Amino acid sequence: MTTKTPKLNRRSFLVGTAAVGSGLVLGLKIPFGTSVVRAQDGSPEINAWVVIRPDDTVVIRVARSEMGQGTLTGLAQLVTEELECDWSKVTTEYPTPGQSVARKRVWGDFSTGGSRGIRNSHEYVRKGGAAARIMLVQAAANGWGVPASECSAANSVITHKPTGRTTTYGKVAEAAAKLPAPAAAEVSLKDPTEWKIIGKPVKRLDTLGKVTGAQVYGADLKLPGMLNASIKECPVFGGKVKSFEADKVKGMPGVKHVVQVRDTAVAVVAETWWQAKTALDALPIVWDEGPNAQVSSATIAETLKAGLDAEQAFVRNQNGDVKTAIAGAAKKVEAVYAYPFQNHAPMEPMNATAKYTPERCEVWVPTQNGEAAFAATTAASGLPADKCEVYKINLGGGFGRRGAFHDYVTQAVLIAKQIPGTPVKLLWTREEDMVQGRYHPVMQSKLVGALDDKGNLTGLHMRLSGQSILTAVFPQNLQDGRDNLTFQGLDPSGDFAFGYSVPHLLIDHAMRNTHVPPGFWRGVNINQNAIFLECFMEELAQAAGKDPLEFRRALMSKHPKHLAVLNAVADRAGWGKPAPQGVSRGLAQMMAFGSYVAACAEVSVTGGDKIKVRRIVCATDPGYAVNPAQIERQIAGSFVYGLSGLFMEECTVKDGRIEQTNFHTYDSMRIAQMPKVESIIMPSGGFWGGVGEPTICVAAPAVLNAYFAATGKRIRTFPLKNHGITMV
Amino acid sequence: MARLTINGKTSEVNVDPSTPLLWAIREQVGLTGTKYGCGMALCGACTVHVDGKATRSCVMPVSAAVGKKITTIEGLATNGTLHKVQKAWVDNEVPQCGYCQAGMIMAVAALLKDKPKPTDADIDKSITNICRCGTFQQVREAIHAAAKA
Repeated sequence: MTTKTPKLNRRSFLVGTAAVGSGLVLGLKIPFGTSVVRAQDGSPEINAWVVIRPDDTVVIRVARSEMGQGTLTGLAQLVTEELECDWSKVTTEYPTPGQSVARKRVWGDFSTGGSRGIRNSHEYVRKGGAAARIMLVQAAANGWGVPASECSAANSVITHKPTGRTTTYGKVAEAAAKLPAPAAAEVSLKDPTEWKIIGKPVKRLDTLGKVTGAQVYGADLKLPGMLNASIKECPVFGGKVKSFEADKVKGMPGVKHVVQVRDTAVAVVAETWWQAKTALDALPIVWDEGPNAQVSSATIAETLKAGLDAEQAFVRNQNGDVKTAIAGAAKKVEAVYAYPFQNHAPMEPMNATAKYTPERCEVWVPTQNGEAAFAATTAASGLPADKCEVYKINLGGGFGRRGAFHDYVTQAVLIAKQIPGTPVKLLWTREEDMVQGRYHPVMQSKLVGALDDKGNLTGLHMRLSGQSILTAVFPQNLQDGRDNLTFQGLDPSGDFAFGYSVPHLLIDHAMRNTHVPPGFWRGVNINQNAIFLECFMEELAQAAGKDPLEFRRALMSKHPKHLAVLNAVADRAGWGKPAPQGVSRGLAQMMAFGSYVAACAEVSVTGGDKIKVRRIVCATDPGYAVNPAQIERQIAGSFVYGLSGLFMEECTVKDGRIEQTNFHTYDSMRIAQMPKVESIIMPSGGFWGGVGEPTICVAAPAVLNAYFAATGKRIRTFPLKNHGITMV
Repeated sequence: MARLTINGKTSEVNVDPSTPLLWAIREQVGLTGTKYGCGMALCGACTVHVDGKATRSCVMPVSAAVGKKITTIEGLATNGTLHKVQKAWVDNEVPQCGYCQAGMIMAVAALLKDKPKPTDADIDKSITNICRCGTFQQVREAIHAAAKA
């Protein structure tokens, strides 16, 4: 997932430009002079981040989206730390994108992807908490007629130290809300050694509603007078609607409308969703499939294969002279890997609810990026930003599908526009979700390594050939045509830094795009890059006759943080010591989204093709660990996503369309296949790395390397089901 | 018109008898805790109890549910007290996005009724719900915790 802003139409672009340079310092100011800004229930807003009710309840505003990853709780912890409020009195709410626009983007970025929820907003949300605390303390001091410097705050209680008098945040909130915001220079943050709640495994704030059925997801929404819609977009990407026979289904139970959506989709609107879906299934639609109907997985693979040896490629990471090094190698090692299209398949299919009148358009949607949903709403409705609003609803999973893409919002608005005044809930079938994805890009890689006569790696050429997400989604973010995102984990430095020193190195990308729309799939390009690199590292080690850990260590002395997590998993797993009978081990390491990660997998293989992943030891150094309990859950969960991808998941293309339509052909791990995951969280401080995605990338290569250790077989194309290999 | 008994209450639902129970529960009775995930009984998000048995309601026609005792996630707690599985889910912080969890909890509640002290093998065999967030490690811990409760 990328850090860039969404595509905006002309109208909303004005909104976007107005936001540029507004600066997050606005988050520390009351935007309307000294008049009190009030929450809907009338409680005073201390600043944009904090509302305090008379009963001492603290409402913390969170702009990023909670989709299971725990960011809501983590961000609330950050605000609480500086606010010095009572954690047991904390609750959260989402500001709306419309409010954000009206208040000059006071809450900053809404985008929740790229493992950015905490790492890109920790500073301004903590400052928001600190500024509110300063105001609350000042208000108490004013009430007592004492200097604020004589007062302290803890657990939502303010104490005048010389006299021992106390008051609470709830009691001084009104007065605090009338005070000017402190100057930015007065708002300092605690040293990490003083943290009391950051770093603690406090319970997440959003569990109860998820176990009682009370939590409302987008798909559950009900509005008065609402109708329900089911939609089919042309299954061949780029194709169009040729014709459909609405009369054949108009008399079916509950059916109210049969509408075309742009020139690419048809929707049935009915009283209930089941009626809409049933009628849509019966609706004869003829598609104009266009030239893409000739494309298949085989033709795409040929295109990518040609890129492996192409002269032209975008260079991202280079030192020395790799050609000469390979030509002069004592031993040359070469391998070609390939990674398939994959679908996000969150448990809740795509959906959005829209209500349109010529005066106002409102959308309720589970989204990873409220601002992008807002941009889609203004564009599709044709209304100016001040006549639009988006309400974020809980997400039943996101994984990147609900961040950069709001095709379902556009559809919902375009349907609602044809039925003005009536709210319409559009819910995709699982089948639609499977064939209208924004797929993990398809990629091949050819790796050539040069070993000297002592088995040292002297040269490495890693050629990637395949799809560029940015070209399809955010072309404005390409750099001279190059998609830097393709190289995640392979960069010379930064949040995705390559962890090895190789005297002669070349990592480049032959861009080969397809008509299948690519997207940001949890982990994005680190997943295949880690497989290519970390499996090939072990191929090199084998060719050199060296232990895979020792072979890596020799290349990592200048990358101490990469090395530290690798050492941690090796130590915990007992690398170098005998494994239990029938158990083999494999390693992998990577840096992604600002965090250093490594894993050691232990597998047993029976019959050559049944893999039991028994144990995973995984380490991460995210700099700071805000909530270790949630980090553990993200690590364990990332292995489910990553190993499902490795073993089971591939979207194949036939006649221009995706062949997999539901979980019977696009499977996902079950509890029986779940390995025991042991997490080592080892924050070394001084930086903020991501959590939701990084560890996913070491899942597959660690298991593949363990499989190789067990069988001597090196698998280079995925998923493993294509080789008859199953996860037991 | 079909008469359904859900969480101890009787509802008249005016749907085609072939309508899946899931959609009668969600759209007619208005209980949305039971989720749509696949419509093919593959993922288990729609799991409810029909006469005490865990049942994937997305493929069961309303006609087959008439006269049976149906329990949804909203009916699992009694008099405001969470079921021991729900409690274990809270204590172990199982849910991530939570969308699949109602079905998961219903499947587990039925398992514990059958086998109050399930082994890991029992769990592996009986709990086949899909969770894309990947909560399985916590699900297993919470099942064992609920079994001890």
